[in-house]
Amino acid sequence: MVAIADLSAQHGSENSARKLKRRRMAQLRLQTYGIMAIGFAALALVTLMWTVVGNAFQAMSESYVTLEVPLDDPELVSGDAEALNRFNYDGLVKDVLKAEFPSASGRTQRRELYDLVSSGAQFELREAVLQDPSLAGQTVTVELLASDVADLYLKGSYGSLEARPHEGSLSIVPSEDGDTFQVTSTTPDFAEALAQAKLALLDQAAFQRNQARLQNRGVEVFGRQAEETADPDERKRLLAQVETRSAERDRLLDVADGLEARARQDGGAEALDTSAPSVLLRVGGGWLKMIEVNDNGGIAEPVVPVEPVESLPADAWGYFIHDLPEASRKVSDRQIVWIETLKERGQVDTVFNTRFFTAGDSREPELAGIWGAAVGSFWTMLVTFLLAFPIGVLAAIYLEEFAPKNRITDFVEVNINNLAAVPSIVFGLLGLAVFLGFFGVPRSSPLAGGIVLALMTLPTIIIASRAAIRAVPPSIRDAALGLGASKLQTSFHHVLPLAMPGILTGTIIGMAQALGETAPLIMIGMVAFIVDVPTGITDSATVLPVQVFRWSDFPERAFEARTAAAICMLLLFLVLMNALAVFLRKRFERRW
Amino acid sequence: MSHADMTDIATNQQMPGSSDTKIRARDVHVFYGQTEAIKGVDVDILSNTVTAFIGPSGCGKSTFLRCLNRMNDTIDSCRVTGEILLDGGDIYDRKVDPVQLRARVGMVFQKPNPFPKSIYDNVAYGPRIHGLVSNKADLDSIVEQSLRKAALWDEAKDRLDQPGTGLSGGQQQRLCIARTIAVNPEVILMDEPCSALDPIATAIIEELIDELRENFTIAIVTHSMQQAARVSQRTAYFHLGNLIEVGQTDQIFTNPRHQLTEDYITGRFG
Repeated sequence: MVAIADLSAQHGSENSARKLKRRRMAQLRLQTYGIMAIGFAALALVTLMWTVVGNAFQAMSESYVTLEVPLDDPELVSGDAEALNRFNYDGLVKDVLKAEFPSASGRTQRRELYDLVSSGAQFELREAVLQDPSLAGQTVTVELLASDVADLYLKGSYGSLEARPHEGSLSIVPSEDGDTFQVTSTTPDFAEALAQAKLALLDQAAFQRNQARLQNRGVEVFGRQAEETADPDERKRLLAQVETRSAERDRLLDVADGLEARARQDGGAEALDTSAPSVLLRVGGGWLKMIEVNDNGGIAEPVVPVEPVESLPADAWGYFIHDLPEASRKVSDRQIVWIETLKERGQVDTVFNTRFFTAGDSREPELAGIWGAAVGSFWTMLVTFLLAFPIGVLAAIYLEEFAPKNRITDFVEVNINNLAAVPSIVFGLLGLAVFLGFFGVPRSSPLAGGIVLALMTLPTIIIASRAAIRAVPPSIRDAALGLGASKLQTSFHHVLPLAMPGILTGTIIGMAQALGETAPLIMIGMVAFIVDVPTGITDSATVLPVQVFRWSDFPERAFEARTAAAICMLLLFLVLMNALAVFLRKRFERRW
Repeated sequence: MSHADMTDIATNQQMPGSSDTKIRARDVHVFYGQTEAIKGVDVDILSNTVTAFIGPSGCGKSTFLRCLNRMNDTIDSCRVTGEILLDGGDIYDRKVDPVQLRARVGMVFQKPNPFPKSIYDNVAYGPRIHGLVSNKADLDSIVEQSLRKAALWDEAKDRLDQPGTGLSGGQQQRLCIARTIAVNPEVILMDEPCSALDPIATAIIEELIDELRENFTIAIVTHSMQQAARVSQRTAYFHLGNLIEVGQTDQIFTNPRHQLTEDYITGRFG
């Protein structure tokens, strides 16, 4: 037995001091863990925002190519509005490009040339002519939208063409067939290009050796099986396999040896294929692309026609290397040369991308915009709000203020809480089966999406509203009831206004959740490719998160930046909605 | 003491020269679920009289008070039996709408509970929901009269549009009284109206109660025996759900008939 009075001896004792120290340490540890957790969360958030915003930045500008377009086709000059509408603007744009770079010949080169300008440029040209028919007959300067490939090159996504130092004078001699040129510099200016080509050879050799290793494994496996088998026919077949595979292995090893020997050897000449860095020469107005190099020069083919010369001084020619091999980028050497030429002539403009904020979806990244999805989100959220808010608030008021507390209301309450935990795709299935299948709500429409999202949001709103209503002090109800107010008057005059900030907060959080929801909308067809901006709740539409989901799936590289920009828009809306929730809470918060 | 004796005391103690009985309660039992909180109370509340209900905590005086305007209806588990007559009519009759009853029997609560609205709206709320006035001028006049009667007009007349919650505790309680009398009830029930107030605010309210007696019948629950002695003409003493004794305040405090009453007022328990 210990008497309580004796405990006072413990205060200040060594034992209690040790305990105290341990308690302090425990508190310090907890605080440290807390700070670390917050720091980690903040770091993750900053990383996310940095990546997304950094990526999105690229989508904020677009490029235009300025070209002189002669609108003097007789069909245009004499034509009425119908003719202006029907005119082949696509062909016109192509003709202008051909006129700009007449050296482009053959189908492949022509297609590369046409790819510089967006396929949407012709429609903009048509719009311009239809807007102002007096343009017909004139030659107008038009800014044509650059294609995604040209735009990305201009933004530096495909690396850049870098000028290299050179000292020698250059001679350009046409080859016998006239297709290529023999290029020679007086100094070994091309040593770097040759070295790079040799490095590429080593890569190839490594690849061949790996192939040889795989063949060798076949040799070993078949050899072992041949030893183990009792069947002579089978053994014969396996041995034949060993034979062919070891021959193949030796051949591959020989190839690798040859490649390595070439790479190690000084001097010599190497062919430049599409997997090697591109080497380009600018001579006057023309461009050459090296297809074989040695230290002093090599063989080149013309990209933009070149005149043969005896001796060109060092400052009269340019020598460029593009480190990214042609096979690893969407923009070809020829296109790079054309773009650089246009850039030099001042025919390329990069401006702020308003189209992204005003256009609907498109398969062409340079034409794609977020506005269609934003408007779709707006209509969908409107339907969701108009359905979920009144139903949710009325349900909450009934359950809190009017419903008797019995098993049935308990059951309802448990089920509302469970509903909040149902995976959202299940609501999508429900919407598909009931609203689309049974009630015939138009598919892909904001109406269908809004109904499904309203179902998903209801439990959130009901739970938040009930909590807000419960937080209204009972004294307010007593005061109203004591004055002779009915239950309905008490609820709507006093309880509901006081609970409204909490209800609105819950509603906005629920709506923000619905705004970011993708899965249920996939089930009701809102993933469709919709170009037009929806004008009502029954039009086909898509929403922001679905747009993000779709764009992230497209192979065109320019969609990468657009996906990030769309995510930024979504985040912006979410931040705005949450700010609104905070504002409403602060503005209407009442003390009693 | 038998049940019959208590009835005798309760009914026969009329104040000399006083008017008739406003509320007559007979054999009132209140149950919270299985618990019996009030065990057969008979009491008369006289017109234009302040009747104080005193007794130790948990004796059922507040519960009984809330029976008088059926505020107990809002508690699901609460059940009331017996007979409570207001001007001879049973307030627990099926035909009586508790909403209308509460307009006739107003209530002031322990904690000041003004609505988080303006002072004007607080007072005007009752007349508005009952449709007592048809135009703004009448409403203004009713608000002014109510605030004057509640002795708040001078302090509040310049800030009628400011929130009632911005007033001091004592002012808030007077605002609640003004709000109650704005619908001109016949009876005002007060549930420990001064327990959350300081002595000065308490004194003002007590004075007010005395003035209100002219126009209203008042029943007040209080923990303070001095307050009961100061403001009431009649006092009822409750103990563990029973009404022990009811009579003129002077008589209860100077010459209690029952031992329990004497023990309580002399401070032996409670």
